[in-house]
Amino acid sequence: MELLLALGIGLLVGCGVWLALASRTFPVILGLTLIGYAVNLLIFFGGRIGASAPPLALPGATGLADPLPQALVLTAIVIGFGMTAYFVALALKGIGESGVDAVDLPASRDDTGEEP
Amino acid sequence: MTHLAFLPFLVPFLAAALLLLVPGEARKAQRAASLGATLLGLVLSVALVAAVSDGSILVYRLGDWAAPFGIVFVADRLSAMMVLLLFALAVPALLAAMRGIDGRGLHFHALFQFQLAGIAGAFLTGDLFNLFVCFEILLIASYALLLHAGGLERTRAGLTYVALNLVGSALFLVGLGLLYGTMGTLNLADLAFRLPTVAASDVPLVRVALVLVALVFLLKAAVFPMAFWLPHAYAAATVPVAALFAIMTKVGVVALLRLAVVALPDSAAGAGLLSPWLQVLALGTILLGTVAALAARRLAVTAASLVLVSSGTLLFAVADAREAATAALLYYLPHTTLATAGLFVLAGIIAAERGDLADRLVRGAAMARALPIGLAFALLALAVSGMPPLSGFLGKLMLMQGAGSGGWQPAWWAALLVSGLVAALVLARTASVLFWEPREAAPPRGRLPVPPAALLLLVLASPALTVAAPAVAGYAGAAAGQLHARVPYMVAVVGAGPDIPREVRP
Repeated sequence: MELLLALGIGLLVGCGVWLALASRTFPVILGLTLIGYAVNLLIFFGGRIGASAPPLALPGATGLADPLPQALVLTAIVIGFGMTAYFVALALKGIGESGVDAVDLPASRDDTGEEP
Repeated sequence: MTHLAFLPFLVPFLAAALLLLVPGEARKAQRAASLGATLLGLVLSVALVAAVSDGSILVYRLGDWAAPFGIVFVADRLSAMMVLLLFALAVPALLAAMRGIDGRGLHFHALFQFQLAGIAGAFLTGDLFNLFVCFEILLIASYALLLHAGGLERTRAGLTYVALNLVGSALFLVGLGLLYGTMGTLNLADLAFRLPTVAASDVPLVRVALVLVALVFLLKAAVFPMAFWLPHAYAAATVPVAALFAIMTKVGVVALLRLAVVALPDSAAGAGLLSPWLQVLALGTILLGTVAALAARRLAVTAASLVLVSSGTLLFAVADAREAATAALLYYLPHTTLATAGLFVLAGIIAAERGDLADRLVRGAAMARALPIGLAFALLALAVSGMPPLSGFLGKLMLMQGAGSGGWQPAWWAALLVSGLVAALVLARTASVLFWEPREAAPPRGRLPVPPAALLLLVLASPALTVAAPAVAGYAGAAAGQLHARVPYMVAVVGAGPDIPREVRP
């Protein structure tokens, strides 16, 4: 089970890194999203792997589920979602302003410091 | 006052939320509320420094949940000093926006306050996951502030800045997930108690987690080779935003300092984690910043390159990890933050005075207010390049004496002296191009887009730090002593020791 989860997380990160290294914005967004999913899974399983365990110490209960990673991952999901939305808006703004879909937009005159 | 450790976070946070309710046309109300909140933050942070200057450590438990189960805000000498520096910088940065820059986009003041809240929280929190949340607050605000006033150049800088920091956030979360999975805690003090007793089989995983967290701090501090985003982003930002961003790299530096000094010592998992590669990277950052300053063709890019130099200088002192190095670092840090922020404000004023040429380093029309601007430039150049008699010189002297142990001294002294010399050369060349070789007569005097008071406050910071050097250096020394003593901090946060039975591995 651990191996399967680890391989799954590794596959997600691998695909995410591959996509994030692209020069166009859309694959980069997809790649960062995949990395975000993998990270969320990692935190989630950082507590422990298992099902049907109570989150509180009940009398007679055998295992315990750790509720903290669930709280952490909820925070991480919300933040990741907001960040992705912002990045999408920013990428659209970049395309609208420059006409080019690229993470590294072409430099304008201001940046090179040439005399006008 | 029991809430004092939490208020520097709460005041800007509430102010930001309330500012979102003020309609955009009511600019006067927005300005008054934003400035009022910032001044209140300044007063509170002065009170905080006064409260902790006797060596006491204020621990604020959110919801009265005891650490390590709840989140704590901890005010010791270091965090109180950093919060005071934040608000001391925020007042001139906010003033710089008050003459119209704030109206060139939406919600400037709300975002500014969110940024203050995020930075103050990052300095004060005692919990690594809460540190992640505060980083995200300050990052989200900074993404939007960087794009304030719009334009392709800012979008261009923003895209790389956002993409890079999203990767950084993912790395931070991976580090935190691994750390929680192996250690069962994310509270810094609790971590410091538990790291020496971690099982030998877990040590490699814990080291990976700690390195990932340290890497994220280093990305924020713009260490070589993760520094190429910084000159681009800072030079593209508007004047008040660039001035406020001067403290953003220091958030990474201080977070790393706290992790390195409080959590890592005396444990197999933390041994040799930062040294010696951090020294190499710090020297690389100084070299990169120096070369970038030589190659810069805009004054704002020069200032951003000097931020890199100061980041590298501070990180070297962090890597040294001795009390004397930390004390020197804590004296140099406020100086370099305020002086580089002053340089950004000055670049904005010069850009406005020169019209179309902006702050490009080419000969052009003279400036109508050449004398006061030139005087401000001279003072800031002396301060930034570390020439006597100002605080930059004192700080670098302390750093030369305090840091550079273990055979690093020749490289360290060479890096400090050469980077200072090159900074002086670059700024002298800049001054001669801007002030002494005008091609045409000055255009008529226009209204400055940035209030001179903002520049004046930042220019006077270095002389003030020089006059107050004994007091500031004494406080910095005491803060370093408190940080390196470790145990009082750990005991204040989680109690006498790790006596709470917890199952880490099922």
